[in-house]
Amino acid sequence: MTNQIQLPALKTAAPAPAPLAPAAPAPAAAAAVTFDVRQLNVWFGGNHVLRGVSLEIPPKAVTAIIGPSGCGKSTFLRALNRMHDLVPAARVEGRITLFGEDLYAPGVDATLVRRRVGMVFQKSNPFPTMTIAENATAGLRLNGLRQKDLLAERMERSLRMAALWDEVKDRLHANALSLSGGQQQRLCIARALAIEPEVLLMDEPASALDPLATARIEELILQLKQDYTIVIVTHNMQQAARISGQTAFLYLGELIEFDQTSRIFTNPRQKQTEDYVTGRFG
Amino acid sequence: MNDWHYRWRKVKSSMVSGLCLVCALVVITPLALVLFYLLKAGASSLDPHFFTQLPNPAGEPGGGMANAILGSMTLLGLAGLVGIPVGVLGGIYLSEFGSPRMKWAVGFAADILNGTPSIVWGIVVYALVVLPMQGYSALAGGLALGFMMIPIIIRTTEEMLALVPNSYREEAFALGIAHWRIVLNIVIKTASRGIITGILLAAARVAGEAAPLLFTAFGNNFWNHKLSQPIEALPLQIFTYAISPYDDWHRQAKAGALVLILLVLALNIGVRVMTRGRAPHLAR
Amino acid sequence: MNAGAISVTTGPPAGTGLAPPGKAGDRAFRLLTWLMAMMVPALLGLVGWTLCKGSALSLQKFGWNFFLHSNWDPVNGDFGALWFIGCTFVSSLLGLLIALPLSLATAVYLTELAPGWVRQPAMSMIEMLAVIPSVVFGLWGIFVMVSWLQEGPYPLLVRYLGYLPFFRGPATGFCVLSGAVVIAIMILPIITSISREVLRAVPNSQREAAYALGATRWEVTRLAVLRYSRRGIFGAALLGLGRALGETMAVMMVVGNSDKISASLLAPGNTLASKIGNEYGETFQGINLSALFELGLMLLLVTVVTNILARLWIGAVGARQHSGI
Repeated sequence: MTNQIQLPALKTAAPAPAPLAPAAPAPAAAAAVTFDVRQLNVWFGGNHVLRGVSLEIPPKAVTAIIGPSGCGKSTFLRALNRMHDLVPAARVEGRITLFGEDLYAPGVDATLVRRRVGMVFQKSNPFPTMTIAENATAGLRLNGLRQKDLLAERMERSLRMAALWDEVKDRLHANALSLSGGQQQRLCIARALAIEPEVLLMDEPASALDPLATARIEELILQLKQDYTIVIVTHNMQQAARISGQTAFLYLGELIEFDQTSRIFTNPRQKQTEDYVTGRFG
Repeated sequence: MNDWHYRWRKVKSSMVSGLCLVCALVVITPLALVLFYLLKAGASSLDPHFFTQLPNPAGEPGGGMANAILGSMTLLGLAGLVGIPVGVLGGIYLSEFGSPRMKWAVGFAADILNGTPSIVWGIVVYALVVLPMQGYSALAGGLALGFMMIPIIIRTTEEMLALVPNSYREEAFALGIAHWRIVLNIVIKTASRGIITGILLAAARVAGEAAPLLFTAFGNNFWNHKLSQPIEALPLQIFTYAISPYDDWHRQAKAGALVLILLVLALNIGVRVMTRGRAPHLAR
Repeated sequence: MNAGAISVTTGPPAGTGLAPPGKAGDRAFRLLTWLMAMMVPALLGLVGWTLCKGSALSLQKFGWNFFLHSNWDPVNGDFGALWFIGCTFVSSLLGLLIALPLSLATAVYLTELAPGWVRQPAMSMIEMLAVIPSVVFGLWGIFVMVSWLQEGPYPLLVRYLGYLPFFRGPATGFCVLSGAVVIAIMILPIITSISREVLRAVPNSQREAAYALGATRWEVTRLAVLRYSRRGIFGAALLGLGRALGETMAVMMVVGNSDKISASLLAPGNTLASKIGNEYGETFQGINLSALFELGLMLLLVTVVTNILARLWIGAVGARQHSGI
């Protein structure tokens, strides 16, 4: 009995005729890039929120998205797991591929995309009627895992990954809201990790937390990057500088600069980037 | 976790969505069913006779419901005499002078009264009015209906007055106008539309009630000449005719029900259109 | 605002002999409106007191026995409400059982699934159902619903489930089950409307959390919305039950109006409300009248208690939801 959850292909229907112009990328090339975003445009109603954003997100690393409020950071993040499908007024154009597979191709099931691309939100949102254990295993049970021992094992693993196990192992059946804000957020991370996504998207995960809890989350992220591709949106530049390898600077919906974090913060190429990171605006 | 299980999850999701749609359709249909049935079965009987003639003796075909229609209007008038002043003035107190505790207590009592079965109102007024007067009367019927209107009107009046911005009151105070004048001339005037719609809703609700009239107004096959005498009402007449063994009375009952449902629907829809966007909670 | 405005604190110019504008008027107005507002709790007290006083004779004579035996015999002066209590609860609970899933599914449809332009019109139509007078439902019940039930479902029930005491024939159509069905139709609007409010109050972050785990639409509704709203939905059901218990006219017209005890849902019966209504036109005094009042008192208590429980429950749920739990 395998312990791994087999990751599904993105299409459940019979494979559509390959419409992509370039031949399937060689495995080596595919592994070098997690997300390949090309000319991403997003509208909310008449509002053009993201304008022609293109970048490549490397695997097993932390990529930070920074920029002033309203620049489209969260919009960008949510395009990566097709959360905009849930908003009727949203329109997404452009191409986003995950390990070479086009996420927005016709016939691609958004639910499967979200299965592979996990997300943690700004305000922690554990399910309030469920216990800590039930929250942590929610995704697993959705996917049909029923055996108690397997569930317990996966739960312990994901809680350990989220650096929460030691704090909750004696009260797994307490209600999830009995945890502190920082613990709840780590529970949400554990919940996301339990279904073994390939990517973890984090939308300002520590902004609602106190400095101590924030520090713990940042530690956690540094550990997780060994196994996961992480894309994190943050308004806290110091945080981006601390934990990310690459940083993208967005302003008014456009990608101004995308480079190594060290470069962005010490010697940015664009003037706007420099103005932002030195605090001249934003 | 495998492809098959996932497909089952998707199918389940679609099935449940379909089921919910079906349930929604089921929930909407009774309205259409009742309305169309009454239109089909009752419309043809709505001739001038229906609106102008008194009932014929039992078993004789023909006749009309003129006395019932007039009776309903009379009872509504009487009910309004009781319900409107008490409800509106009470609502004014709660909104303008009442403490939060009082608002809560009176509101709670009003909700309980609202939930009281209408037949209970009937036997209460029976004990209070009919027994001492030793007879059924329009007054008793009007009182029962008026009592039912009070909790509705007091609530809606209070809510409508609460919507008037405080700045209106403050500006008027600053001009040195007496408080009671402010309330009457400024606050009520501003909220008047809402208050009136609250009254109309209460009237619509009460106009359709038959249970409270069983033991108060009692019914009358002829014109009512004195308010201390029994009186007929449309819902009451519909009931009596519907359960009778006479086909012609059945026919007239359906016509009467058509009139009643159209009236009530028209009033309610009219109120909704008038308060569109203003007080969505009014239509409960 | 304009020159010559009377100052609030000083009132009219001194020496005119006038009191500050409207002080007496204010007091009188305030008193009048206060009196009117107090009519509401007074009315509540009046209702309770009238029923208690009216039932005193019966309470004294029968005591607890009134609730434990079933009889309605004016000639011999023996009255017992057990059958009516039973029919009331059976028809109301059965009506709730029918209406609750339908209403809930509809509320789910209107909140989560329906396209935007459908939602308000559909809800308005459902709310229109709530304003139809009870007697109109009763009439439709007599001439349409009962005939239809007699043609199809009831004979089927007798044929296939008739070995059970609950479905033993003969079915006349005017029975407890018909009462339950008409009650169900009448409480659909209130349960749907409150459930819809409860579901709408679920924060979107909950739905997003479920979607982000790769949940299907139904799973999101189940996990994030319905589970979250469990308590509110229970409150909606309680309110529906409160409404169901007090229904009179429509029930009276389809329930069969029989005092005879029977275990079958397809046999005629009598609820507390319909029994009281049945006495329309009778003259009664003494113990007969008192027993009638006691029925009314019971009906009032049962409805009031249910409604209070429902409102307190919903209030508690609302408060908890607002505090973020």
